[in-house]
Amino acid sequence: MGTAAVPPLHALGAAIAATAPAGAIESVEVERGAELVLRVRREALLPVLALLRDDPRFAFEQCMDICGVDWPKRSPRFDVVYNLLSLSLNRRVRVIVGTDEAIPVPSVAGLWPSATWYERETWDMYGIVFEGQTDLRRLLTDYGFEGHPLRKDFPLTGYVEVRYDEERKQVVYEPVKLTQEFRNFDFLSPWEAMTTLPGDEKVHTNREHLAAQARQRLEGPGQ
Amino acid sequence: MSGSSHIAAEGGAFTDAAADLAQRNPVSPLASAGAVVSDLAPSPGQEDTRETHTVEVDSHTINFGPQHPAAHGVLRLILEMKGEVVERADPHIGLLHRGTEKLIEYKTYLQAMPYMDRLDYVSPMCMEHSFVLAVERLLGIEKDVPERARWIRTLYAELTRIANHLLNITTFALDVGAITPSFWGFEQREAILEFYEAAGGSHYHANYFRAGGVNRDLPPALLDRIAAWARQFLPVVDDLERLLTENRIFKQRTVDIGVMTPEQAIAWGFSGPCLRASGCAWDLRKAQPYDMYDQVEFEVPVGRHGDCYDRYLVRVHEMRQSLRIVEQCLKRIRPGPVRIQDNKITPPPRAEMKRSMEALIHHFKLYTEGYHVPAGATYTATEAPKGEFGVYMVADGTNKPYRCKIRAPGFAHLQAIEALSKGHMLADAVAIIGSLDIVFGEIDR
Repeated sequence: MGTAAVPPLHALGAAIAATAPAGAIESVEVERGAELVLRVRREALLPVLALLRDDPRFAFEQCMDICGVDWPKRSPRFDVVYNLLSLSLNRRVRVIVGTDEAIPVPSVAGLWPSATWYERETWDMYGIVFEGQTDLRRLLTDYGFEGHPLRKDFPLTGYVEVRYDEERKQVVYEPVKLTQEFRNFDFLSPWEAMTTLPGDEKVHTNREHLAAQARQRLEGPGQ
Repeated sequence: MSGSSHIAAEGGAFTDAAADLAQRNPVSPLASAGAVVSDLAPSPGQEDTRETHTVEVDSHTINFGPQHPAAHGVLRLILEMKGEVVERADPHIGLLHRGTEKLIEYKTYLQAMPYMDRLDYVSPMCMEHSFVLAVERLLGIEKDVPERARWIRTLYAELTRIANHLLNITTFALDVGAITPSFWGFEQREAILEFYEAAGGSHYHANYFRAGGVNRDLPPALLDRIAAWARQFLPVVDDLERLLTENRIFKQRTVDIGVMTPEQAIAWGFSGPCLRASGCAWDLRKAQPYDMYDQVEFEVPVGRHGDCYDRYLVRVHEMRQSLRIVEQCLKRIRPGPVRIQDNKITPPPRAEMKRSMEALIHHFKLYTEGYHVPAGATYTATEAPKGEFGVYMVADGTNKPYRCKIRAPGFAHLQAIEALSKGHMLADAVAIIGSLDIVFGEIDR
């Protein structure tokens, strides 16, 4: 596949992009020269994944993993990541689609029966809706749990804690009480140096913040 | 190819049998307690010309677990039974969900390591293996890991595989009625756990592997002890096999139970021994070798029928192959450094810290802030004893993982329990769960 000059993963990416429906694939990337990553338009997800599974040149028979990633500052907010494996050709590919809280992602349970639990988990953890998934129950969290815990705006400690109440003879849910405040250290150094070393990026955010303050002072609050 | 995930009440033999039962014994308490199923009920006010028949169905639901010993932990399996035959199986998982992935997002890469031990707590070091390989890939240091460290990791991954299979085979045998294998197997498992303790300082949660090598070198005489243990292990496997492989009861309980065709196994995302038992010769140690697996000789046992018995056989033969790898590791391991020498990732030796200011600073920075991992993402998988254990890690350039998704093999295997157990007896469901090698630490995470 491909000429000797083109690395095999790049050639594979190009072949997939050429075979997929026009405009379906937003970008093809080979991360660190070792992992093929395809960014796919949400509407075209099913045809692209069906192509990857059924075309003998690609033959990604197994869907090893589906998961979400939350980027709160980005729009659309979530990524849904599909990690596919080809047993016959011994290759992996990663397919990523973007979505947000409201827009559903087409379910791939029709392509791989194993997708059901992965989609249930992604719904549970991120609140991403899968269209066509008939069994979108919560999977890992408690019965009656509210919220989607792997979202970045969900606190690590959660909102409720559960215990058995000896007096009421039942399990009770109460707002979480911590004997010690959760400690989350900020390790980004605020110090400015000759060069910006890894970990010193905070200098720039500080500098931007100060510049914005100075601008505001100059221009006045009425602006 | 497509396994049925949900089975509605269907016609066929099952409905006929129920109707038959209802006819013969209309006042039977079983029948009257059952649900009334009518397919295609006509809506009111509308003439329905199609034949409508109402049947009495004797279906009842069994809560299997979460406290049942054969549930291998905290599996709550809702079984819809037709008599003693499983109609539907709906696993409710998450009773051991500890939010590992969320916790890891708040920990440095070093602090996140111990969480990996607690996933599949039956084979801890194999969980660490995927994690450290993923971090090494993101750091771009996978080529620089010293040879001795890679031999040690391979050695311990294989010891772990033997320990895992010893536990699975013997408890599986226990589930189907044989108690002696667990006594014999656990004695050997204990020996392996002592090697864990010698290397990592702890029986179970060793926290021994590190990005860039292993935590510290092995104590002097340990390799000889492992070699002595390896010499006596093969007869033990033979003894275990003599108890089980040709055992009439064991075969009656496992042969042709929970059959997975290769197509089904692939579609359901099976991996590891469960996939190989179905006839797919797929092993990540061979296909996508990591650490020293490309330098050792071993065979990949493959089953033919994909039933519980084949899954057992594959595991037994994997133990023999793992022992071969262990022996090769012992033969080829040479003295040398066990971690990369870069003090931005590896803490300096204690003695150096007493004299060198720079070493002290490195130590302090590593154990407070940790190292920063360049932005990027990787899906790194290893052949854990249960199957493909993958870590999808997204780094954003800080000292903490932005996202760490853990792909547990048991998660995919357990999901197929309905496809595996439909039409089998309740007791067979127990055998199927045992043969899948379910551990809830990794499934619930």
